[in-house]
Amino acid sequence: MIRVENIHKSFEENQVLKGISTVFEKGKTSLIIGASGSGKTVLLKCLLGLFQPDEGTIYYEDKAIGIMDDEEHRELREEIGMLFQGGALFDSMTIEENVMFPLRMFTRQKKSEMLDRVNEVLARVKLENVNKRFPAEISGGMQKRVSIARAIVNKPKYLFCDEPNSGLDPRTATIIDNLIQEITHEYNMTTVVVSHDMNSVMEIGESIVLLKDGVLVWEGTNQDIFSTDNKDVTEFVYSSELFKKIREVQQKEG
Amino acid sequence: MVITNLIKDIGSYFIMLKRVFSGFTKGSVLKELIFKEIDDLIIGSLGIVAFISFFVGGVIAIQTALNLENPLIPKSLIGFATRQSMILEFAPTFISIIMAGKMGSFITSSIGSMRVTEQIDALDVMGINSLNYLVFPKIVALMLFPLLIALSMFLGITGGYLAGVYGGFTSTGEFVAGLQDSFEPFHLTYAFIKTFVFAFILATVPSWQGYFMKGGALEVGKASTNSFVWTSVLIILSNYIITQLLLS
Ligand SMILES: Nc1ncnc2c1ncn2[C@@H]1O[C@H](COP(=O)(O)OP(=O)(O)O)[C@@H](O)[C@H]1O
Ligand SMILES: [Mg+2]
Repeated sequence: MIRVENIHKSFEENQVLKGISTVFEKGKTSLIIGASGSGKTVLLKCLLGLFQPDEGTIYYEDKAIGIMDDEEHRELREEIGMLFQGGALFDSMTIEENVMFPLRMFTRQKKSEMLDRVNEVLARVKLENVNKRFPAEISGGMQKRVSIARAIVNKPKYLFCDEPNSGLDPRTATIIDNLIQEITHEYNMTTVVVSHDMNSVMEIGESIVLLKDGVLVWEGTNQDIFSTDNKDVTEFVYSSELFKKIREVQQKEG
Repeated sequence: MVITNLIKDIGSYFIMLKRVFSGFTKGSVLKELIFKEIDDLIIGSLGIVAFISFFVGGVIAIQTALNLENPLIPKSLIGFATRQSMILEFAPTFISIIMAGKMGSFITSSIGSMRVTEQIDALDVMGINSLNYLVFPKIVALMLFPLLIALSMFLGITGGYLAGVYGGFTSTGEFVAGLQDSFEPFHLTYAFIKTFVFAFILATVPSWQGYFMKGGALEVGKASTNSFVWTSVLIILSNYIITQLLLS
């Protein structure tokens, strides 16, 4: 479980987050949705500790990250997996080396043990026979899978995903979304997914927060999202570009 | 405005250096990274350094010979001039400037593209000190840079010898006499002190330009150009300062 309390974050004059409070629960995929520029990535980077909030507190379980010592920070980092928007695979390493990287950095396992675990997670994301290839040699969808494999290889308690299906065709996007949700349940992780995609909302929106201009304007589930008459929600859900996307998916899936 | 930006830039460089030498990456991983950098930066530059040095040494010998019209000046000046130019300036300073283009743009663009594709964020999220991970191995690898410079000196003089003797400008005996003429070992010390300073500049300045860049692929190209300007200016300035301190 991750709890955020009254997070504020500005960049010089630009107030990006204006007092965000919410809870991301364990064993669930929580979605942060909102238009481009609404502050989703900045919120995610605050959760990750890549940005220091100007005000407010972030709790992992019941421990505020602000008061953790270096050792506790280090331990927390090892419990975090992150899936970046572009995959962020290390292009100088093979797929196998990419996925093994967290194990090499943080565990004292033998090479053969690490390799077994790497193959296990690669199989879990349905990737086989790509071990020796380089990221540039596989498709975008496959890169995302590798990135998921790397994020979960060290059995994290927390998984963060920034726009996991950006740049993917709708069908692949759905597969990736579902994979994230399944793995969240399997590993009983606290998963936070940033998206601006209504398709993700439909697929994996167990718990949704909507950001608008750095303010949390609505919280609920994908059941609630179509019944609410919250103006910000309807504005977001029925913006035409998103609807086009939904239609595309439906057509593709026949 | 220009001044405050400059101060900010210089500040960020020193903050970077401090972080490079803290939060060390796991030893076994670091060792591998160092070998990879030696391969990319040092081994990968052998060919071009050898090629340039050999031919420039030859040109220095020929130019010196062609300017020796006065019969009172001994032919041994050809060997002498080749040795002095190669050891004092060409090998340490000009090879470093050329490497500012070759290694420097390689370092800036590889770190810069890791920045724009969030690979550096990925390291940071894992709790790895990305500056130590990326920059420290480059600094260690470039501690071998003096070997490249030594090779440059050797091949430059060899090139001068071959051009001088086989071009019919001088004899082996005269050339060797020139090489030995009033040789000051301290000149070699001076050259290698410079070389170490330039090596440190070559490893850190382009890394700094790449690490703190913002934007996308286009900006990676601009950062590489900036990196070359900064690196070569700093090499020239430190060359001046070191020469002033050590030789005058
Ligand atoms: N590192 C940064 N420095 C300055 N401003 C930033 C930085 N990161 C994001 N911003 C600004 O924060 C705002 C929200 O960005 P972001 O969180 O990336 O939006 P999105 O919801 O599309 O992910 C934007 O106005 C952006 O310019
Ligand atoms: Mg974003």
